[in-house]
Amino acid sequence: MSDTLLEVQGLRAAHGQLVAVRDLDFSIARGEVVALIGANGAGKTTLLRCLAGVHPTAAGRVMLDGTDITALLAHQRVRRGLAMVPEGRRLFDDMSVRENLRVAGDHGRPGDWTIQKVLDALPALPPIIDRPAGALSGGQRQAAAIGRALMTNPDVLLLDEVSLGLSPLAVEEVYRNLAHLREAGRTSLLLVEQDLSRAMAFADRVLCLREGRIVLQGPAQSLTREAVTAAYFGVEADSPTEAHS
Amino acid sequence: MIEALIQGLLLGGFYAILAAGLSLMFGVMRIINLAHGDLAIVGAFGVIALTERFGLSPWLALALVLPVMALIGIALQRWLFARTLRAGILLPLLVTFGLGAVLQNALYGVFGSEARSLGNALGDLAWASWELPGGIIVGQLPVIIFVIAVAVLAGLQLMLSFTRLGRAIRAAASDPEAAALCGVDATRVHRAAAAIAVALAGLAGALLAMQATVEPYGGPMLLIQAFEAVVIGGIGSLWGTLLGGVLLGVAQSLGALWSPQGFQLAGHLLFLAVLGARLWRQHRHQLGRPALPGWRHPRARKAVRA
Amino acid sequence: MNTPKQFGVAFAAVLLLACVPAFAGASVVDKLTTLFIYMLLATTWNLMAGYAGLVSVGQQAFFGLGGYFALRLVDGGLPAYPALLAGAVGAALMAWVMSFYVLRLKDGEFAIGTWVVAEVIRILVMLDPLIQGETGTSLIALNAVEPELRRSIGYWFALAALAGMALAMAVLLRSHVGTAAKAIGDDDEAAASLGVRVLRTRQAIHVLAAFGAALAGVAWLASAITFLPRTNFGVQWSVLMLFMVLVGGLRSGPGPYIGALLLFALQEFMGDFGAWYLAGLGAAAAGCALFLPQGLWGALSPRLVRLFTRPLVSPVSTPQERTAP
Repeated sequence: MSDTLLEVQGLRAAHGQLVAVRDLDFSIARGEVVALIGANGAGKTTLLRCLAGVHPTAAGRVMLDGTDITALLAHQRVRRGLAMVPEGRRLFDDMSVRENLRVAGDHGRPGDWTIQKVLDALPALPPIIDRPAGALSGGQRQAAAIGRALMTNPDVLLLDEVSLGLSPLAVEEVYRNLAHLREAGRTSLLLVEQDLSRAMAFADRVLCLREGRIVLQGPAQSLTREAVTAAYFGVEADSPTEAHS
Repeated sequence: MIEALIQGLLLGGFYAILAAGLSLMFGVMRIINLAHGDLAIVGAFGVIALTERFGLSPWLALALVLPVMALIGIALQRWLFARTLRAGILLPLLVTFGLGAVLQNALYGVFGSEARSLGNALGDLAWASWELPGGIIVGQLPVIIFVIAVAVLAGLQLMLSFTRLGRAIRAAASDPEAAALCGVDATRVHRAAAAIAVALAGLAGALLAMQATVEPYGGPMLLIQAFEAVVIGGIGSLWGTLLGGVLLGVAQSLGALWSPQGFQLAGHLLFLAVLGARLWRQHRHQLGRPALPGWRHPRARKAVRA
Repeated sequence: MNTPKQFGVAFAAVLLLACVPAFAGASVVDKLTTLFIYMLLATTWNLMAGYAGLVSVGQQAFFGLGGYFALRLVDGGLPAYPALLAGAVGAALMAWVMSFYVLRLKDGEFAIGTWVVAEVIRILVMLDPLIQGETGTSLIALNAVEPELRRSIGYWFALAALAGMALAMAVLLRSHVGTAAKAIGDDDEAAASLGVRVLRTRQAIHVLAAFGAALAGVAWLASAITFLPRTNFGVQWSVLMLFMVLVGGLRSGPGPYIGALLLFALQEFMGDFGAWYLAGLGAAAAGCALFLPQGLWGALSPRLVRLFTRPLVSPVSTPQERTAP
């Protein structure tokens, strides 16, 4: 029953002279969870930032629910239902968690998510709701950042470096929360994850990036460890391989 | 001497309004508007022109001028400041400095070099005073201006803390990109901040014209004083800015007791001293040493001994 | 001046200019002296802002201090012309002392901090009974010199100062200080981590620029003879410096000279318009900063570059984007 919700065609982005992402084509269906993996410098963060609208695209198109959003600015994409939890979380440190949520709630897309619902979905938040965001631990910051993105009622949620800098317990908590989100079935997730086994265990589909290109793509179940590792490190020849279900 | 202290205190309110606009623009857009003082003078002359030409009460004229100043702020943001945001720190400084020169000389061209005041238009209020126990005379107008200043600052603080716009402004000041990712439209926020900042500048200018005189080339001095108030009080909170303004005013008033030049000089020296103390503390911090040589926090001392 | 050929051209130009008082009238000599002073101010401001990234709004402090120290020295018995030179050196020393404080300020703080320091200096100078507050004073000793000779000496002084500063800047920028300055301009933390002595480098530039401004100030005193605190310490000098450098071309070699020439021409033909003219200058400076960041030199030079043997080396490059994670 899946609709294509997010579609990327021929995306190309650069940092100055350095091309970070080239000729990317992929799509994400409604309610799907996709893991984006790749070594450092492969272009994962750049890709997410392009999708979110905070990095300029040199070429290509991004379509959200059939509408071309390539020319839209970040805040406009948020209003259309595309939100990102950025690398480093980027909370407003001087403001409390509640205020962080409210900013997103004020300016995001109207919808079902309220502060109360976010507190219910992310159990780590209620005890710290009025604490300044700058005084939180890594796991708490991640929860707050996810909560903040949810307040904008996204159809597609991008998460950059989900488990970076978190303790194992905190990572467990994050993935529990994400699992609840998946169960609700309303939000598609595109997450960048360094932990290969967790990525493959959690996601429906896996995308592997190397040097800005997709070198492997397919359902998490049917990809072998060897294929993923080979694609990740570029042990094979450079031609991208695709495994279809 | 007590009178000088009180005068300084009341002057602080005026400085706080002037400084609030400057620090708002800096906090949200990272622009130090070197034309801020000149915009205050523009506001002052606007009120003066309305009172002189149409015989309006200064308060009514002020109420009319403030929205115009806000619009000027939006226009400046849209056509000037927004363009400077692209390219680092140098450009806004250069452009706003040039803007200041334009405003000063345009004002001179239109109004001439004479210093003007709203004192006449205020009538008796300009001279009225209260007598406190101990024979201390306090002008009514300075007190009223101080009360206005505190009220405006309180209003500003309330706006920032509890309204949608206020939260958006704080978010954009904290992290513009993250704010965009929350759906905050940076352009709108910047324009709102500029409107408020320039309106505050105009208000400060008009208040100055009520208490004293303004002249076309007076902008730079106001800018320096605003900046000094911000630095002395610490960048960050509005109440810090009020404190900074008061300290500046008190220093200046005390300095004036010594010599006419002492007024400006005392303010400058206080500013340089506070800045120097902060630099010293940062320097020591970088070296990993306490701010004052030989000083250790009492708890640390105990720990070392135990 | 990057090549022997360019150096030779410049040297020849200086020699030619030095001969001017021999055959030109008083008015021409005076005007050229003013032009040299403008150029001196423009190049030193460009040195600070363009090459070291230090936007100062307080250079007028040294412009005035040079003159003030000269007056004090003359009052103390030193003959006029040596006093002028010594005054400029004294101002440079003050710059060195100030730099320990002032160079630790950043960007906007630096701009306003230097302005405040200039104001403090102005007020303190005005408190000196020799200066008599607003009234100012004059370098009366110069009246003893015969006017035509005085005019010529003033001219040569300004020319020598300009040529000397240009040479000093060229040498400095090609030395390790120059490379260090470029590194600092790109990324001062990275430079420091590589062992570049950031403070020392900035100090060298700050002191040299101050010396240049002070030389301009004493040259001004030598031709105007009167010293008025508001004029000699006025912030309008910074406005003029800003205009000359931005319109001429920030960070370029010839830019400040072009800006100075333009300012000079404008003063000649439009000075009568008074305040509106200054407003126009401010607008032009702002406009160039926004729309013509390389100034006139940047707009013209691609065509002129064929006339020169080698394009000028770009001193401060824009920060490169870091590579993606």
